[in-house]
Amino acid sequence: MSTQVLDKRRVEPETRLAIIDCDIHPTMKSLSDLNPWLERRWQEHIVTYSEHMRQGLAKTLMHPRMQPAVSRGDAWPPTGGPPGSYLPFMQEQHLDPNGVQYGMLQTLRPNGNSQRNLDFGAALCTAANEWQMEVWTRKDRRLKGSILVGQEWPEAAAKEIARRAGNRDFVQVAMPPRADEPLGRRRYWPIYRAACEANLPIGLHVSGTNGHPSSGAGWPSYYIEEHHSNVQSMQGLVTSLVMEGVFEQFPTLKIVLIEGGFAWVPALTWRLDKHWARMRSEVPHVKRPPSEYIREHIWFTTQPIEEPEDPRHLIDLIDWIGEDRLLFSTDYPHWDFDDPHYVFKVPLDEARKQKIFRGNAQALYGLD
Amino acid sequence: MTVPRGAIDCDIHPAVPSFAALMPYLDEYWREAVAMRGIDKLPLDITSYPAGAPLAGRPDWRPKTGAPGSDFEMLRAQALDGFGTRFAICNVLHGAQMLFQDDMAAAFCGAINEWIARELLDRDERLCASIVAPIQNVALAVAEIERRAADRRFVQVLVLSQADMPLGRRHYWPIYEAAERLGLPVGIHAGSMYRHAPSSAGWPSYYVEDYVAYAGGFENQLLSLIAEGVFAKFPKLKVVLIESGVTWLPAFFWRANKTWRGVRTDIPWVKRPPAEYVRDHVRLTIQPMDAPPSAAQLERVIEQIGSDDMLLFSTDYPHWQFDGEPALPAPLAGRLAEKILVENPLATYPRLEER
Repeated sequence: MSTQVLDKRRVEPETRLAIIDCDIHPTMKSLSDLNPWLERRWQEHIVTYSEHMRQGLAKTLMHPRMQPAVSRGDAWPPTGGPPGSYLPFMQEQHLDPNGVQYGMLQTLRPNGNSQRNLDFGAALCTAANEWQMEVWTRKDRRLKGSILVGQEWPEAAAKEIARRAGNRDFVQVAMPPRADEPLGRRRYWPIYRAACEANLPIGLHVSGTNGHPSSGAGWPSYYIEEHHSNVQSMQGLVTSLVMEGVFEQFPTLKIVLIEGGFAWVPALTWRLDKHWARMRSEVPHVKRPPSEYIREHIWFTTQPIEEPEDPRHLIDLIDWIGEDRLLFSTDYPHWDFDDPHYVFKVPLDEARKQKIFRGNAQALYGLD
Repeated sequence: MTVPRGAIDCDIHPAVPSFAALMPYLDEYWREAVAMRGIDKLPLDITSYPAGAPLAGRPDWRPKTGAPGSDFEMLRAQALDGFGTRFAICNVLHGAQMLFQDDMAAAFCGAINEWIARELLDRDERLCASIVAPIQNVALAVAEIERRAADRRFVQVLVLSQADMPLGRRHYWPIYEAAERLGLPVGIHAGSMYRHAPSSAGWPSYYVEDYVAYAGGFENQLLSLIAEGVFAKFPKLKVVLIESGVTWLPAFFWRANKTWRGVRTDIPWVKRPPAEYVRDHVRLTIQPMDAPPSAAQLERVIEQIGSDDMLLFSTDYPHWQFDGEPALPAPLAGRLAEKILVENPLATYPRLEER
């Protein structure tokens, strides 16, 4: 996560590890990139009203980031356009040299899932899904799309999932952890039903503009606080999914938490188990200790990887979470990119490395 | 493990038995207003600790009538005699801390503090207390802190972990200036004014979710205090996280330190990694520990915390965090236990040394 571009030695091909990168960001040059798949009404809506969300600034994030386009300084395509907007450059800079066997796309703009106008949001999601296919997954078979859905209109979301089911351009459903309500609540269950029927995991990448302060303490001033509060979104999300009984209701549901880190998982699990045991009478539908549901149903991507003061403590963490539940991710082209060659500051044994860099994602997403 | 005699219990919860108990300590205006408006008949129970919830009162620590912690003799027999406690710090949680009306909140908090002095501290020398601060209004909070600080049995300022805005915001700095000047740590206790949902995920359905979310809320507060520069501005300030849970701390360190390296130009007054500020300025009470299933894992977490100075003994009486006598989890034995039980509390609360 440096702000300068270092001239790094290229790793020789024979030492290269084939990886599955579970978080890559394709970018649009502007919302009008979606016009081929938007009705005329919505094309005009974008020009006239723009996006309409629950925050003060209409077109950018409320906490300005540390780098232009939240991206690596070297990720701007020489041909123009923002980082992540040009496939050949993504191939040259990331997919080829880093041995990416598969890359999971996470399309963060447009914010179809946080629009207050539900029809507009659903139209944006559908168009962005078409865009993922036409511009990315059909141009490079290594890339796999995520079906964007607007969680606040669950019926439309379920339809969007059903119409893409079986299409292997897509390997998961995408929603933001910050929804109007905690995502375990019943209003969202039609989405889980549709995902299970389509046999697709749900990937939740940090994002969402829901109007709630980024912490229960209120709105923070600084980006470091906002950045950290993504962990609390994930904690609230996991708590909600478990305590609402989502995994009792949908025993085949698989959840992937993307870019929320993972060091917090064991402590949250211990806390959930302790207080669930004390307050079970409030949640009789939660039949087993929360840790069991988490262990069975939830996966975590690695970036931005937490860096223990003593690097060996990372091994404890992997042991406690389960080495089969971690999915390597780079977050390309963003500024806090984790380089697969340097990400682990402690040696991992080969079998474990193979699982985290590739095997776990392969099994989860049903890839060859 | 069973606690040896002479420990310092840094978190017990006596409860104001009823609003009637506060009436003698209100001024004439508020006594009349409260009576006329029937406020003394309102149930000012707080959402953070429903009196009937299992967590709020251990079964053998519940009085036959009234809220857990409201029976003084029971509290004395169980929390003080029962554990052989040398000193115990009373942290009173009350609906006054939730109110929107600043003057009313300040009047009620003032009455609560007076009730604490007369009905708790005067009755048992082992008791000391936190000043219940009406932080809805910073000027009124500072006035209350200054008024109460003359009584050396008040050893700390008490605020809730989820207030109107993050606690590091400069809005609150007069409170820290007063606390530092008067030699009082600021105790941040689990609890919410419910101005906001417990997390950015929104309003959950169940109480157990709210309670679990406090731990994450403490992470946000620590980062707020650090990022805003509270510890740079008030180098002698001590902050105690009370009933916060403990085991989340290493993961907080690892993420906060890393992110700080990337974004430190946004907060240039933060000169050192966040973990270092926390180890220097922040202490945590041990109940609930939220311990992992095995002793070996807990030992490893303690190693990861990387300081013997940070943990303070607490029973959290009458909250139901453990059964029987073993208030101190077994892996915290030996030299570390001595630190937690006595030395760390004395180092954190200088006023205890005067007793």
